[in-house]
Amino acid sequence: MIVRIMGEGQVLVADSRLPGLNRLDDELLAEIEDGDHEGFRKTLGALLEAVRSAGEPLPDDALQPSELILPAADATLEEVKAMLKDDGLIPG
Amino acid sequence: MSGVMKRMGMIFRAKANKALDRAEDPRETLDYSYQKQLELLQKVRRGVADVATSRKRLELQLNQLQGQSTKLEDQGRKALALGREDLAREALSRRAALQQQVTDLETQHQTLQGEEEKLTLAAQRLQAKVDAFRTRKETIKATYTAAQAQTRIGEAFSGISEEMGDVGMAIQRAEDKTAQMQARAGAIDELLASGALDDQSGMATKDDIAAELDRISGGTDVELELQRMKAELAGGSPQQAIEGGKQDQAQQSQTQHRFDKQ
Repeated sequence: MIVRIMGEGQVLVADSRLPGLNRLDDELLAEIEDGDHEGFRKTLGALLEAVRSAGEPLPDDALQPSELILPAADATLEEVKAMLKDDGLIPG
Repeated sequence: MSGVMKRMGMIFRAKANKALDRAEDPRETLDYSYQKQLELLQKVRRGVADVATSRKRLELQLNQLQGQSTKLEDQGRKALALGREDLAREALSRRAALQQQVTDLETQHQTLQGEEEKLTLAAQRLQAKVDAFRTRKETIKATYTAAQAQTRIGEAFSGISEEMGDVGMAIQRAEDKTAQMQARAGAIDELLASGALDDQSGMATKDDIAAELDRISGGTDVELELQRMKAELAGGSPQQAIEGGKQDQAQQSQTQHRFDKQ
């Protein structure tokens, strides 16, 4: 499964690693919904690190759609919240 | 999966086609725009550095002037101690002129300091904006790349289906041709069988061997017939057959007479 970390590029992660990432991902979502800044920062860091270590980076010119997308490491809780709204960060 | 990763992916996919509507490659435009913003930020930072340098230079000048002022004050004190009031007055008047310069420089220093603070704040705000733009740029780029990949996949699929269509047409044509040939072959067979068509293949014409066989078998029939007739003449049963034939002839003549009477 191809995962994109915004600002970093794409990583190919084996499906067998997904359950572990899923747990962190759900945790992150809960923290965003609760507005838990500290937890968000910690979990996002852990999730990104887990993806980086579990996956193999794809070359920058690889043209493959990402199945999963993660915010950049320095993204704020508000930014991610805005991204998750229907309109996202892209206008229109 | 319903976490952040999946939801963001879904939003991206939903937006994907819209990003492709632009004729130009938005990734290049965004990168260029980001580069310009970085240059602007660099200019602002350079401005902050320039103002800070001017402020430092003013501070040095102020220190220098204050040193001179202190020196003139000391000289005035010494001159007064030596009973040279005129010299003391001169020193103090020069010191007063320096003090005026110091006051002016201090005002300039304050102005520069205020300017520097404002510029520093502007640089920080600009930095935040550029960072936000970077995030947004990456988002759009990711969407665009995904959309482009989807389009290429779509194109590949339609290409495949077109090719499959071509193959299908070729098969159809081959089948039609085969069926047509089979039908034609069937019709020719029927026509040949009915005798409407002469078989030009030579299969139906009698060859030499067949002709000889026919000739031999024909000769044999003649011999057999002769033997049968000889046996009839020699034996009784063929006689009965001749008498039976006479009776038939008699009956036929009687019937003919009855018709004549009517």
